[in-house]
Amino acid sequence: MEITININGTDHTADVEPRRLLVDHIRTGAGLTGTHIGCDTTSCGVCTVLVDGTPVKSCTMLAVQADGREVTTVEGLKSADGLHPVQQAFSDEHGLQCGFCTPAMMLVGAALIDENPAPSDDEVRWAISGNLCRCTGYMNIVKAIQAAAAAASSNGDS
Amino acid sequence: MTDTTTTPPEIGGIGHSVKRVEDARLIEGQGNFLDDISLPGMLHMALVRSPVAHARINGIDSDAAMAVDGVLAVVTGELMAAHNLAWMPTLSGDTQAVLATDKVRYQGQEVAAVIATDPYAAADGAELVDVDYEMLDAITTPQQSLAEGAELIRDEKEGQTDNLAYTWETGDEAATEAAFASADRVVSLTTHYPRSHPSPLETCGIVADVNSVTGQATIYMTSQAPHAHRTLFALVAGLPEQNIRIISPDIGGGFGNKVPIYPGYVVATAASLLIGQPVKWVETRTGNLISTGFGRDYYMTGELALTNEGRIQAMRVDMLSDQGAFYSDAQPTRYRAGLFHVCTGSYDFPHAHIKCRGAFTNKAPGGVAYRCSFRITEASYLIERLMQTAADELGIDPAELRLRNFIQPEQFPYETATGFVYDSGDYPTALRKALDAAGYEELRAEQAAAREEGRLVGIGIAHFTEAVGAGPAHTYDIAGLKMIDSAELRVHPTGKAILKLGVKTQGQGHETTFAQIVAEETGIPATDIKVIHGDTDDTPYGLGTYASRSTPVGGAATAMVARKIADKARHIAAHLLEAAPEDIERSADKFHVAGSPDQSVTIQDAAFAAYTNLPEGMEYGLEDVTYYNPPNLTFPYGSYVVVVDVDPDTGVWKVRRMVALDDCGVRINPMIVEGQIHGGLTEGFAMSSMQWITFDDDGNCIGSNFMDYLIPTAWETPRFELLETVTPSPHHPIGAKGIGESATVGSPAAFVNAVIDAVAHLGVRNIDMPVLPDRVWEAIDSAGG
Repeated sequence: MEITININGTDHTADVEPRRLLVDHIRTGAGLTGTHIGCDTTSCGVCTVLVDGTPVKSCTMLAVQADGREVTTVEGLKSADGLHPVQQAFSDEHGLQCGFCTPAMMLVGAALIDENPAPSDDEVRWAISGNLCRCTGYMNIVKAIQAAAAAASSNGDS
Repeated sequence: MTDTTTTPPEIGGIGHSVKRVEDARLIEGQGNFLDDISLPGMLHMALVRSPVAHARINGIDSDAAMAVDGVLAVVTGELMAAHNLAWMPTLSGDTQAVLATDKVRYQGQEVAAVIATDPYAAADGAELVDVDYEMLDAITTPQQSLAEGAELIRDEKEGQTDNLAYTWETGDEAATEAAFASADRVVSLTTHYPRSHPSPLETCGIVADVNSVTGQATIYMTSQAPHAHRTLFALVAGLPEQNIRIISPDIGGGFGNKVPIYPGYVVATAASLLIGQPVKWVETRTGNLISTGFGRDYYMTGELALTNEGRIQAMRVDMLSDQGAFYSDAQPTRYRAGLFHVCTGSYDFPHAHIKCRGAFTNKAPGGVAYRCSFRITEASYLIERLMQTAADELGIDPAELRLRNFIQPEQFPYETATGFVYDSGDYPTALRKALDAAGYEELRAEQAAAREEGRLVGIGIAHFTEAVGAGPAHTYDIAGLKMIDSAELRVHPTGKAILKLGVKTQGQGHETTFAQIVAEETGIPATDIKVIHGDTDDTPYGLGTYASRSTPVGGAATAMVARKIADKARHIAAHLLEAAPEDIERSADKFHVAGSPDQSVTIQDAAFAAYTNLPEGMEYGLEDVTYYNPPNLTFPYGSYVVVVDVDPDTGVWKVRRMVALDDCGVRINPMIVEGQIHGGLTEGFAMSSMQWITFDDDGNCIGSNFMDYLIPTAWETPRFELLETVTPSPHHPIGAKGIGESATVGSPAAFVNAVIDAVAHLGVRNIDMPVLPDRVWEAIDSAGG
């Protein structure tokens, strides 16, 4: 089946099997390996991407379901202006250790602060509760997303 | 926070919270994890696993699988046996099936492998491999396993007549028994430390690329110990070691899970050798949970002999471990129950005796040190739970009971009843500081008032001492390989450097912290040092990263090699400054003539001179290597205080506060140390509250995916309040003790003690982990509460 998905601003057209998972299409079809696979059951969230701006676990969406839609992966977070505030904040606040859950966590954080410019500790925790992390204990991830929100707000003000 | 810095921020030596260099690639999705590796002509492998726990294999029919478009081969145990690879040695001197030939001994055991051009085709083929199983009864507990008349699980093993995997004991039995016979009080606790699973978010995997023409085997593998794995590959597969290159890329968490060699690695390598193309195997999550290295599964009875005043006289322990179908614990050769004998904890008493038996069962093998230095998690849990039990039984405050029994600061170095020599510590100060931060006395008053109102508040204490950094070559080896580690430092003419390590990060930040050690010792800015690790062709030999050994052993090697380099640089500086080497002193960033700070050269000047302008007779270059054999283990410790509110009607407990004081000696990068503690505390909370691998009576694994095996999310995870004291290790070159596992080792007892403390007045003394609400409710109900 031929599909066209806009991934990080570029149209990718491909002939895919209907059963092919979006995550596999992103990783091996588009060659973007920043999106990871962790559990096969939609539980861990490391495969999260943004589909039309909303976090989606790409191991539970078929590639054909993303036909005609816009997908953002970690590789699309950075812009011509430099790192996205969540990327900078994850590094500044030590919000990552092994880095395996990080792309997904940052995308969820980016989507959250798009909607909520000043999320509370609980609001961040609720937003990322579909994403597991085994290294950090989440404290610095929460701090990073809040710091990113603050940075994004101050950028917007300037 | 204790300031241990001696270098300015631009050098970034010890004590600076330098931002991590590994982050740059990881935050842009440019990490290079195992599944990201793709080679030309690469094939894909899927494993066929046993759906049952115990059965004889009568036959395997691969025809339907071979008919799938894209499937090239089905590998069975028969084929592996033809190459003498159906069985492999384990890290504990047992043997383990690579692909089952005679029978399957646990659910999830590897039976066959399908090789295909595409991972979807490989998975389709694996579904269609038809295995004829003749069912046998499953043995799912070590108690059943050792009972009279139990079916022999290891019937293939020569000389094996029962299901006993090992026996081990240590300590002075006669002196211990005498102390118990004359004790005022004896306190006892029987508990099960349940089977848990490390579950790094990245599963295990391999890309094996064996070139049939050159004989070169390039093996990308999720390995916490690439050098040791290279040697074991050479021994198991009979490949010449110089032709094996193990590359461990970015690892998505390890926690001990990536220490053993698993059958999938061996089959993929054999398949690549036989087919002549690279073969990739990436484990499924279910495969990871049901077949790879688990943690714990110890049934423990511990007893303390005490005086009426609460002074401990002796400890005795009787344990039974559930090893699964093969005894494949990853641990030092001479210790069958790892370093469990650190179970005397932080307390000063003369006698202990420990005996342990391990039993084969129809469960997955591979008791790994899950974020733990070889069974010290179980040991710390037992002694700290026993302290709570003793406090409740004797009616002594649990903090006071610990203070009465602590090893005192002036007693270090302190030899324990089981022979460890603790390096340094100030336990009373640590506990008092943690109690003060928690507001302990106010909490006790609140607890009493709450009970009057029918509310349950618990205050749990754990004061743990770890034994990490294995270890001295005279005592510690794995599969005969001494547990030394190494570092090689190459300083280039422009003063920039490359540091090569035998240890391997899985997220701990080695690329940052190890550069800081070199910066401290040489004055080369940490940002000018590239750290290379994980590639056996490009790094010196070492035993790898687990058991909190990177900083104690690899970090020491790094400091020592940096000192060699600094010493040579000092001699070159003397030449440049036309002074005697003994008159040259080093400050953070310069060498200068004693008494004349203006007469100085930098390490960069010395590095350039090492290739351009040397004193007569000195060898060119500024490079060296150190293999470090530690004189002793290191003994980090900590005092944890947890406050919980327990709902008496539902048994649900919530952590109100968690105060964690850690003393890991000198902190190289405080930011990274705190991150390690956060993560460790979370895993401790996970084990105490929800993480649990269990089985039904037929040996079906309950907890074979992340819907059933519960890992805490951000929503459940408590907030942590961290404190520190700094008591350097006197024998470590930079005084560091290691921190990666402390919090996982120490915190489970603190969480469980808090829940027990909330209900102890009802007569409850124990609830096994995970302390699920229904267990709490039942305990309260049976106590008549």
